Amino acid sequence: MRVSVSWLREYVDLPADLSTDDLAQALVGLGIEVDSVTDLRENVTGSLVVGEVLEIEELTGFKKPIRFVRVDVGAANGTGEPQEIVCGARNFAPGDRVVVILPGGVLPGGFAIGARKTYGRNSNGMICSVRELGLGDDHEGILVLPEESPAKPGDDARPVVGLDEVVLELEITPDRGYGLSLRGLARELSHAFGVPFRDPGLAPAPGGTPEPAYPVEVRDTVGCDRFAARMVRGVDPTAPTPGWMQRRLTTAGIRSISLPVDITNYVMLELGQPMHAFDAGRIAGPLVVRRAAAGEKLTTLDGVERVLAAEDMVICDAGLPNPVAGEGAGVPISLAAVMGGETSEVVAGTTDVLFEAAHWDPVMVGRTARRHKLFSEAAKRWERGVDPALPLVALERAVRLLTEYGGGTAGDEILDLDHVSPRTPITLPADLPTRRIGVDYPPARVVALLEQMGCAVAQGADRLAEDPGAVGVAASAGVSLSVTPPSWRPDLVDPADLVEEVVRLDGYDKVPSVLPVAPAGRGLTWQQRRRRTIAQALADRGYVEVLAHPFVSPELPDLLGLPADDPRRPAVRLANPLSDEEPMLRTTLLGPLLGVLKRNLGRGHRDLALYEIGSVFHPRPGAGSPPAMGVDRRPTDAEFAAADAVVPEQPRHVAAVLVGEIELAGWWGAGRAAGWADAIEAGRTVLAAAGIPVDRVEVRAAEYAPWHPGRCAELLVDGVVVGHAGELHPTVVAALELPRRASAMELNLDLLPAAPMLAAPAVSGFPPALIDVALVVDDSVPAALVQRALVEGAGELLEDVRLFDVYTSEQLGAGRTSLAYKLTFRASDRTLTVEEAVAARDAAVAVAAERFGATLRGA
Amino acid sequence: MREYPYAMTYRNDPYDPKQVALLDPAALAAAVADAEQAFAAATDPDALTALRPAHLGDRAPVSLARREIGALPPAAKSDAGKRVNEARRAIETTYAARAETLEREHAERVLVAERVDVTLPYDRQPRGARHPLSTLIEQVSDLFVGMGYEVAEGPEVELEWVNFDALNIPADHPARGLMDTFYIDPADRSGLVLRTHTSNVQTRTMLSRKPPIYVICPGRVYRTDEVDATHSPVFHQAEGLVVDKGITMAHLRGTLDHFAKAIFGPDAKTRWRPHYFPFTEPSAEFDVWFPEHRDGPQWVEWGGCGMVNPRVLRACGIDPEVYSGFAFGMGIDRTLMVRHGVSDIRHLFEGDVRFSRALGTGA
Repeated sequence: MRVSVSWLREYVDLPADLSTDDLAQALVGLGIEVDSVTDLRENVTGSLVVGEVLEIEELTGFKKPIRFVRVDVGAANGTGEPQEIVCGARNFAPGDRVVVILPGGVLPGGFAIGARKTYGRNSNGMICSVRELGLGDDHEGILVLPEESPAKPGDDARPVVGLDEVVLELEITPDRGYGLSLRGLARELSHAFGVPFRDPGLAPAPGGTPEPAYPVEVRDTVGCDRFAARMVRGVDPTAPTPGWMQRRLTTAGIRSISLPVDITNYVMLELGQPMHAFDAGRIAGPLVVRRAAAGEKLTTLDGVERVLAAEDMVICDAGLPNPVAGEGAGVPISLAAVMGGETSEVVAGTTDVLFEAAHWDPVMVGRTARRHKLFSEAAKRWERGVDPALPLVALERAVRLLTEYGGGTAGDEILDLDHVSPRTPITLPADLPTRRIGVDYPPARVVALLEQMGCAVAQGADRLAEDPGAVGVAASAGVSLSVTPPSWRPDLVDPADLVEEVVRLDGYDKVPSVLPVAPAGRGLTWQQRRRRTIAQALADRGYVEVLAHPFVSPELPDLLGLPADDPRRPAVRLANPLSDEEPMLRTTLLGPLLGVLKRNLGRGHRDLALYEIGSVFHPRPGAGSPPAMGVDRRPTDAEFAAADAVVPEQPRHVAAVLVGEIELAGWWGAGRAAGWADAIEAGRTVLAAAGIPVDRVEVRAAEYAPWHPGRCAELLVDGVVVGHAGELHPTVVAALELPRRASAMELNLDLLPAAPMLAAPAVSGFPPALIDVALVVDDSVPAALVQRALVEGAGELLEDVRLFDVYTSEQLGAGRTSLAYKLTFRASDRTLTVEEAVAARDAAVAVAAERFGATLRGA
Repeated sequence: MREYPYAMTYRNDPYDPKQVALLDPAALAAAVADAEQAFAAATDPDALTALRPAHLGDRAPVSLARREIGALPPAAKSDAGKRVNEARRAIETTYAARAETLEREHAERVLVAERVDVTLPYDRQPRGARHPLSTLIEQVSDLFVGMGYEVAEGPEVELEWVNFDALNIPADHPARGLMDTFYIDPADRSGLVLRTHTSNVQTRTMLSRKPPIYVICPGRVYRTDEVDATHSPVFHQAEGLVVDKGITMAHLRGTLDHFAKAIFGPDAKTRWRPHYFPFTEPSAEFDVWFPEHRDGPQWVEWGGCGMVNPRVLRACGIDPEVYSGFAFGMGIDRTLMVRHGVSDIRHLFEGDVRFSRALGTGA
């Protein structure tokens, strides 16, 4: 909403010396966001004067027609001689008065004007358009002053065109439709400054007459609970819109169209009542206000043919036959409350104008506007709530303006089909504001504030549910107020709404600062602590955390080589993705994470280890729609469980990717390339950080996309696969253009059990016995199983086992591997003898031999 | 080393006066002087060790002198023994002193020789880092956990009912249009959205437990904003919710003031502007005074807050006649950007390792 301060001053006696800063501050304090305050006087510097066009010389031979113009600017140029200006616009003739900026002036946007040679002539200044002056968007031609303007050549043009204004651009919250009018804004400012306010919405207006201004039938009084209309006949179709009205419309961003249409827009800005002007001569029969029949068509004023839905309200011309909607239903000529139609709009020759001012159902308007993507100024106001008491006032204002500036005769008949229900009073415990806000508002203060903003307040009466509160019930407990909000505040429905009005008008800055005391908390959950530990462990290992967007391409599963039946293929799809390329939500963290990896590679990083902890999304197979649930009560557990069952499964995963060197080369020696083993170790790191004991973790070979089938491990906890790690499949690496040997890990954190309460180890002070064994086994035997055999065979004297070498050679024979282990034996109560240690070693080797045919190397 | 003139070339005859000559005081004094001179000439511990046999070994003058004592008449033995012992002790002492000196000097030389350039870099393992948004979320969580709150979480793909309806944002309310929502396909039937705020966690918390409720809800949220320097379709919020008996707007202010000081320093404060949110009534937007802003001390828009709308409490099964509550929410990303002077929100999601390494280490 853009308005000028001078217009506001017509209704509210703002202090004469009010600074724009103070004004803006006051609006913010009222809850009206100030997008900008523009002092138009500062927008144009230098000489901006009225000029009268004397002569026009058409210059030819250029790409476009150019005019060389001599303009009388009075004495403004110091010489009194005509000013010579080259101009590209053509919408003016000798005798027109225009706005001229002389050399040395600066237009909005820092556009400095000088004298220069162009198109072979000397141009001394510029003739300005509306847009060049920063007054609006019109740039179809230059600004030609209206004929009735009293301005003379050489006058300062600023006051003439409205450049002496301070313009506010305001953002109105969706609850307060009345803020989209001068009336509402002026009322709010009167509260802020405590100054008198003259409400144009309460101006006297004659009531409805038994004879209608025009025959109208409202068939749906839910969609339209008030419909009023008046006629003005014999209007001069050539009558122009007065300059002051044009300027105010321009400031508000509304184009001037014709006097009757401009008046409807002007009244909408002034009072907040959207209106419509029909050309009565272009309506064939009575008007019918009804819901549209699905599929009916209407061409709206913007020239778009719209197919209507059954919920849209339309105003129809019953004089036209309509085979679709039935007898007497008429043909739609206006999309009610949103936009008029082409066939009945006021045109150049219109002499009989039928003004309509109605009251429409805000929900209906909102749906219609969204359905047709037509967020007109009218629809914006309806959606936010329009005062139902306004129609007759608005009609009176419009009729007076039209007859004043366009002549014609106002009809005596006034149509008013009023089905508006009276407002129900709100019962407000007088101490509720005090209890909710924590500021002591005596009942008299509450009443005064509510009355100030237009409520009718009665004491006591029938008290409904008493709010017992609990703590700090104020002294005024027990007094109950019956509050009827004003007609222009349809947003005030609940006691809480009134509480807000009290604190808003009294001032938010008066609310004190008090820390509440919460009951003793339980800290983070173990899952939350675990996520932090895991994240820190990976960071400590050199991994950098990233937070990728979860949007992925439908082709990703193919790029990753996922099999047709892979559970990561079904994905949640967005109905309105930002990019049609990436409408899916990730089912694996790897897709987006590899994207981040590639971005880093593209920026010249070569050695990268990245990780992310985040959710993936798996749709529920066959999930239908959730059951409809109201909000007047809590849904039952069964209702909510049924709805919740539709929500996709969203397990939290951790993933890591690696390329390049995980240890860099340097003065200490060579670097070490990252590979499958690092990826698996990252997985082990996660499990260790999660507190999963090593003996409950198993790593075994797996074939799982997108990993290399010979270099992929699955990680298991208690026998349950929780994730995979290893080197990525060469095909995937090629398809994604990743460096060779890129490796990755991904685990589902939701599958990890809670960490057990661990038993303390027996830390023996006796010396260890260290024995190395080298076992030769078939190279198909997983080292993990050999080690497990050793552990199980060695018994409880074995403190630690560590594989320190893996060796193959011709001497060992093809397909044979030597695994060298360092065994540490220790007893808790004595120094082991050599015989004891050797016996334990032999027992260990025996189990390995029995299970895998392992032989002691060299034996 | 000089040759000893008294080499044991003769049979050890007790009566041989020549042999006895070794016990002569002058000879002993010469042996001591010889030893002292030799030890002083040694320049390292090994050279000194090599001299030991000649001066203190079995064939050293003092050792040979001791053997000759037996040949002396009994009356002379005691005197001679004393003399020999004194001479030997003198040599031993000299040796030990010299050894200590040489060992010390040697150790000092070794320390000098082993000196390295400690300024050599050791970036063998590239540095890892947390994401700065993660650490800020943890800082916010810890602050509220310290106040007795719990950290609540919920799904990112959420029921429309939870994200909107239960929060007093009915389907046709213009407020729904304020939040540019990602709908899950099929939009007219799925009943699902990507949550537009973490308020869905508030809904779920109120549905699943009884007051008193003190929770902080950090998490990822989504709006259909095209990516530019200040917009991202994915961003993060932290919302607080308190529902208890006797909760007032003053409690809200106290909480926000405390929060502001923890995040923006002890001189931070908050300021409220009346605003509209469907889920709170009264509602406000709040600004924070940030003295260390990189463009100078100033007010910064921080978030929205208000008293929980009784309609919301009712939809979640909490009696608004008994309980009241407040809620607030702010953008984590924006907080991080303001606090650390991040000029482009894209840095937060592009995942460039330089960004996280620079900001993701402290807490």
